[in-house]
Amino acid sequence: MIWLRALLLAFCLATPVMALSPDEVLPDPVLEQRARDISAGLRCLVCQNQSIDDSDADLARDLRVLVRERLVAGDSDEAVRQYLVDRYGEYVLLNPRVNSHTILLWIAAPVLLLAGLGTLFVVGRRRRVVETELSAEEQGALDELE
Amino acid sequence: MSIELGHFALILAFAIATVSAVGGFAFWRSGQRIALVLSQGAVLQFILIAVAFAALIQAFVTSDFSLLLAANNSHSLKPLIFKISGVWGNHEGSMVLWIFILVAFGAMVATFGRKLPHDLLALVLATQSLLTSAFAGFTIFTSNPFARLIPAPIEGNDLNPVLQDIGLAIHPPLLYAGYVGFSICFSFAIAALVSGRIDQAWARWVRPWTMLSWTFLTLGIAMGSYWAYYELGWGGWWFWDPVENASFMPWLAGTALLHSALVMEKRNALKIWTVFLSIITFSLSLLGTFLVRSGILTSVHTFASDPTRGLVILTLLALVIGGAFALFAFRAASLRQGGLFAPVSREGALILNNLFLATAVGAVLVGTLYPLLLDALAGTTISVGAPFFNLTFGTLMAPLLLVLPFGPLLAWKRADIVSAAQRLIGAAALAIFVTILISALSGIAVSLAPLGLLLGFWVAFGAIAELVDRSKLGRIPLAESGRRLIGLPRSAWSTAIAHFGIGITVLGIVATSAWETERVTTLNPGESTELSGYTIAFDRFDTVEGPNYLSDEGHFTVTAPDGGTRQMLADRRTYVASGMPTTEAAIETYGFSQLYLQLGEPLDNTHVVRVWHKPYITLIWLGAILMACAGFLSLTDRKLRVGAPRRAAKSAAQAAE
Repeated sequence: MIWLRALLLAFCLATPVMALSPDEVLPDPVLEQRARDISAGLRCLVCQNQSIDDSDADLARDLRVLVRERLVAGDSDEAVRQYLVDRYGEYVLLNPRVNSHTILLWIAAPVLLLAGLGTLFVVGRRRRVVETELSAEEQGALDELE
Repeated sequence: MSIELGHFALILAFAIATVSAVGGFAFWRSGQRIALVLSQGAVLQFILIAVAFAALIQAFVTSDFSLLLAANNSHSLKPLIFKISGVWGNHEGSMVLWIFILVAFGAMVATFGRKLPHDLLALVLATQSLLTSAFAGFTIFTSNPFARLIPAPIEGNDLNPVLQDIGLAIHPPLLYAGYVGFSICFSFAIAALVSGRIDQAWARWVRPWTMLSWTFLTLGIAMGSYWAYYELGWGGWWFWDPVENASFMPWLAGTALLHSALVMEKRNALKIWTVFLSIITFSLSLLGTFLVRSGILTSVHTFASDPTRGLVILTLLALVIGGAFALFAFRAASLRQGGLFAPVSREGALILNNLFLATAVGAVLVGTLYPLLLDALAGTTISVGAPFFNLTFGTLMAPLLLVLPFGPLLAWKRADIVSAAQRLIGAAALAIFVTILISALSGIAVSLAPLGLLLGFWVAFGAIAELVDRSKLGRIPLAESGRRLIGLPRSAWSTAIAHFGIGITVLGIVATSAWETERVTTLNPGESTELSGYTIAFDRFDTVEGPNYLSDEGHFTVTAPDGGTRQMLADRRTYVASGMPTTEAAIETYGFSQLYLQLGEPLDNTHVVRVWHKPYITLIWLGAILMACAGFLSLTDRKLRVGAPRRAAKSAAQAAE
């Protein structure tokens, strides 16, 4: 995977700036922790599926600084996210919001699970269990395999 | 000269594969003769592709830059191992590796499968040849690895520095062996559908190949994860990246297939589902290998891939996968169902396993493709990243892990859940006790961590509980128990070890997510910092010259909480040919935990240093290695050995009638 990732990530890696630097860190540890948590959920827009917290790209650094500026200015976590969504679109959120565009995505797993359960139930009812003890023949086959 | 020889061998293999496929499907009923011809064809394809692959390796090793591929991806100063692994560090070369493994598996079936019914062998080899033909054709016509470059440059462009790592030598071959191994299951499924015949002997044949591929894939994914962990420089080990999801889906489906093939082999049930899963698993392997290269997953971004090539790949995928499912739709009804059982039984437990794993595959697939489809259909771009997958996948896995220890304790056909629960009480009590103890000692506040720990311990202890139960440990003299333990069938051992491995991996994931600590700071030589009881002293900073790079090295002395000191060396490299920088993190292992140290860029005349303490992180990969060991152990079982006993197969076939 990484060898394909590397090909895809070339753009990100070409810039020598690294992830979170000490000069970005806020003096207030509570505020800094909030900044880290928010950053982990924001996408580095020029990278492959990396959060700005992990990314080495210049843009990610700019966004990290921006998140911290907004927090220092007194924004709530949600307000910071909204600020970025207003500028970069929903694309910036790694965890998509539930709305008309993403409802199918969010219900996909539960629907699949229920569909599977339903199928099992129907098939199970159709094929009633008639015999429940192993027949001599089946037991023989099983012993052969054990 | 050798390059043209390799090119010619590839074309000849393509021709033989094409003829084998057409001939095989036309004359599969003709008995021994066609099976023999196709077997020889499979071995020939293997020899020819081996020649083609060797020609590429030779060009890379001798730095023959008149080969375009070598000029683009190699460099004369590169160490030998990276010259060789560089062959598959690019699209064209990795295609040849993929086909090489495909024909190697085909040749293995031809060699070990002499005892198979002739029509089954013929159909399996015909399907394998069809795959070889399709992908060798794709390589020859759109991604020719043997293109020449005239005039030849004096020096090559070098391989992407991130790839100049031992990981590239090991990870892709393992991963491909896993992906491509599932082609055998696929071919057997196609053969069953075409001939309309499927019995326990069929399942007995499919299961070792599934086990082998699954084991390789497990190792391949774990290796890739560890490589990303140490190479990308910040200690992440799983990213839910589309590329990773693409390799994870065949693993999930393959795990489901292992379990459903078990039901089919032992109880002659779940036939249609097993055939379906075989097709699904290999289809996902194809997606894993090729969807990423088609460029559609990444079209919005930086990775520009040849549009014709992408179109050909998508067409090819659609034909192979679509064709297989169409065949399934037409022919599945012809396969006779068998083996009835009660809902509470080993079969029932394995079906539950399949339900959750199949749903997880679906969830990951939807999450991976959804942004793409939404973009195409509604023009809206969204991201689906780690937070989404952690939530969805975690929610699906928790119930599966919860019921996992029950499975091996249930009897076939109809089981007693109460008696199984009684035998697990000890494991449950122990898991709860250990979790409470750890949570109290580490003082974790309200979080999901204790729940995760509980699940991990429950699965791990539950796996051991089965061995304890079967050896009657504590109920009979110890020596007698020991003898029983050794005498247990290898399948019982491999089940227990694999399930134990899952528990271990879960524990590693939970522990490192809950208790990881991090320090980002600036240091000058002579200064030190502290993290989780470790003192990290920055001793000195050097610039040294490597074989094909310049390196800034930071030397550190780490004092552990127990007072012991160790040296750590972290460096940043700049590769001469490409000018690209990489960071090589220093990693020290303390027990199961690791200290991860990275030397960052200079900042105002000091050095940025990042240190992470990652408690119990190695358990993540140790668990995977345990699973792989269990896979290999199971393959050594007498009854699973490839080309296995005819007596058992014969009576199984009789039982199926």
